[in-house]
Amino acid sequence: MTNSLERHKYDILVIGAGGAGLRAAVEAREAGLSVAIICKSLFGKAHTVMAEGGAAASMGNVNDNDNWMVHFRDTMRGGKFLNHYRMAELHAKEAPDRIWELEMWGALFDRTSEGKISQRNFGGHEYPRLAHVGDRTGLELIRTMQQRIVALQQKDAREHGDAESHIKVFAELTITDILKENGKVAGAYGYRRENGADVLFEAPAVILATGGVGKTFKITSNSWEGTGDGHALALKAGANLVDMEFLQFHPTGMVWPPSVRGILVTESVRGEGGILTNTDGERFMFKYIPDVFKDKYADNEAEADRWYTDQDNNRRPPELLPRDEVARAINSEVKAGRGTEHGGVFLDVSKRLSAEIIKKRLPSMWHQFFELAGVDITKEAMEVGPTCHYVMGGVEVDPDTAAAVGVDGLFAAGEVAGGMHGSNRLGGNSLTDLLVFGRRAGVGAAEYVRKNPANPVSDASIAKAADRVQAPFTRSGGENPYALHQELQEVTHNLVGIIRTRNEIQSAIEQIADIRRRSTNVSVSGDRQFNPGFHLAFDLDNMLLIAESTAKSAIVREESRGGHTRDDFPGMNMQWRQKNNIASFDGTQVNVRQQPLPVLPKELFDLFDPHELEKYMTAVEMAKGGSN
Amino acid sequence: MARKLSLRIWRGNQADGGLQNVTVDANEGEVVLDVIHRVQAEQMNDLAVRWNCKAGKCGSCSVEINGKPRLACMTQVSSFGDEETITITPLRAFPVIKDLVTDVSFNYKKAMEIPAFEPPVGMKPGEPRMQQIDVERSQEFRKCIECFLCQDTCHVIRDHEENKKSFAGPRFFIRIAELDMHPLDILRNRKKTAQEEHGLGMCNITKCCTEVCPEHIRITDNAIIPMKERVVDEKYDPLRWLGSKIRKREGML
Repeated sequence: MTNSLERHKYDILVIGAGGAGLRAAVEAREAGLSVAIICKSLFGKAHTVMAEGGAAASMGNVNDNDNWMVHFRDTMRGGKFLNHYRMAELHAKEAPDRIWELEMWGALFDRTSEGKISQRNFGGHEYPRLAHVGDRTGLELIRTMQQRIVALQQKDAREHGDAESHIKVFAELTITDILKENGKVAGAYGYRRENGADVLFEAPAVILATGGVGKTFKITSNSWEGTGDGHALALKAGANLVDMEFLQFHPTGMVWPPSVRGILVTESVRGEGGILTNTDGERFMFKYIPDVFKDKYADNEAEADRWYTDQDNNRRPPELLPRDEVARAINSEVKAGRGTEHGGVFLDVSKRLSAEIIKKRLPSMWHQFFELAGVDITKEAMEVGPTCHYVMGGVEVDPDTAAAVGVDGLFAAGEVAGGMHGSNRLGGNSLTDLLVFGRRAGVGAAEYVRKNPANPVSDASIAKAADRVQAPFTRSGGENPYALHQELQEVTHNLVGIIRTRNEIQSAIEQIADIRRRSTNVSVSGDRQFNPGFHLAFDLDNMLLIAESTAKSAIVREESRGGHTRDDFPGMNMQWRQKNNIASFDGTQVNVRQQPLPVLPKELFDLFDPHELEKYMTAVEMAKGGSN
Repeated sequence: MARKLSLRIWRGNQADGGLQNVTVDANEGEVVLDVIHRVQAEQMNDLAVRWNCKAGKCGSCSVEINGKPRLACMTQVSSFGDEETITITPLRAFPVIKDLVTDVSFNYKKAMEIPAFEPPVGMKPGEPRMQQIDVERSQEFRKCIECFLCQDTCHVIRDHEENKKSFAGPRFFIRIAELDMHPLDILRNRKKTAQEEHGLGMCNITKCCTEVCPEHIRITDNAIIPMKERVVDEKYDPLRWLGSKIRKREGML
């Protein structure tokens, strides 16, 4: 195998070509280094395109009361104060610069009447904050980054005579292992999806930007790519995953027809005035405003309606509560028998906005419902229900450099990294997360490479990685990867889904272990050329490690917070707020331990009203008033 | 609910291939990609098909359904008659890799040939001021999901492999138009190079590209025709020609 092996050497290898990966690659190239970008799909098809609502940045273009401190507070509140404060701080401070920079690369956001970038309201954000392009903001972001990469390649063609001298995009390639030598990252091994050929990358620094894990679940807004590859690669390389129990179920996915179940209905529908009702016609969200949010959300329809025109003197409509609250509320309504026959509730924007405005502000939603469900959202309500959308948990990183804790040379940015969003992510914070920490990962990796040059990969490591890729073909009559994947999705959906209890999670842990045992015997038909069964065999291995991490983290966290709801422990627990769950892999199984959450320093602590912090923090923490 | 559906799926590679008949269950509301996936999971584990978001937003699952370029994820099974056999074949304008997957690298090469966005020298991030009405023209073209259905259907390349070298195709005409109409872009010769280097003149406005665009971008009316008209204006109107030489330095930047 090794004599015909395709080999490449780069300074930095970026795994993942969504917003975070491309932003990291741009930064690494501008630092003068050579970069390989790995896409599992074609270039420009990343899951980032699915982000609809916008990118949160406190530019203050629509309401000039906005600034990074307000954004920081909203982010911490949304995450129920389990966020890594430093990540939330860097994100809030740097997000506006990352958005403005996109404009210099050709992005065309919607405008205010003054000609500035327009900003829209979104759940959990105090002011209109999301830069947007209709409801296709993610596409704008990915296309802008893609075109920026092309622009840099054109520059390299002029200056070095070869467009691919410093940045090369490897499309349709899957990485199966991170390779280490002498305890540090040395490169990665994988195969080309097109022909199944093995590929070796030697690079002293690897940036993981692989996105999420949604395909571990049955109902998800994620594409096939969301199989937790980076999470699993990091675990196997010796990194930690922090707080994997926190999964965001987006409150509004499509529920009918079955084939589109889970497809996202953007939160912008609510930001633009969409209301949620049950089959009794009741606007039910007023019943579900938690105590910690009572002073920020309207408790009656009249005030909620006034807010759309006068935000300074009215509280926000409860449809704009953070996503975890809305998802739980919908779940409760359906369970109480007030849901539609397809297990959803109604979301209606037709009564507040004219058909013309709906088609202008929510064009892809109109399109999606009209073509896939036969529903005209300018006239009728949509049927919606929760869908697995985002994983808050991820690789434990140093906030400033995005370096993975415990593995020299490994970095992680975007959804694959953990900590930034705490127990629940606010809508709009992911697109700016990608940009802020994608850039930081590029800087961090470039600095690392300057001090740590090439670290050659040994033949032994290559042989081991090659054997692993070949293994599914050497077995016959083993388990079908499609069937095992479906089985796993049933287990996660039923037992570690939106509402959890101890016995169910315990049962999930046992069943996941069983599927994992059987998965070692997966066999694949056909050959290596573009063979989805072969591809799934590796994706499945990753998803099983993720599911195990999630279940084992979920069973120990005996409280309900953000994207982790325990029926047997319904309230928040102040002791648990001070702990992160840290998952690691010992080669056989995932182990979870607790680690103290980094404590807010005084200057950030003082940004909050103490009465608000009292709802989350113990008397001891309050008396201390911050870490310094 | 479920009904039996007859499909003919092209299977093979560069060397050899042909249509294979298969019968599969189809449920209410399903799209063609759903039934392809069912065939893959139950009958042909190694059937190759490209897909990603399954929501019409990424442009990966482009195939030809009964000969028409379509996104498999946005084509309802119920749009075909109960007794109708649905034929699914790979995009014809591009070389097949395997089954329904084609080599679309042509498009990425063409993307590389179009000069990038160029903002005004000295403009700082945060400074741009643009009116909504001025960005909307380019925004229409930026809706493009790069499914390449327009490239596939365009007979300039579909039927004439030899044209590929000198013809960028509709997807890249809207890219040029987008940059040409971009309020901040300072490159002044985009229409001219569209004509002279990217083959705009070879398009004879049959609007096939507009018809297949899943984003309903008016490729011909809003991008191709306006560029063609202005190229002609500037070539043959002596006053405009003089003006361009004095003020805009058309072709010089």
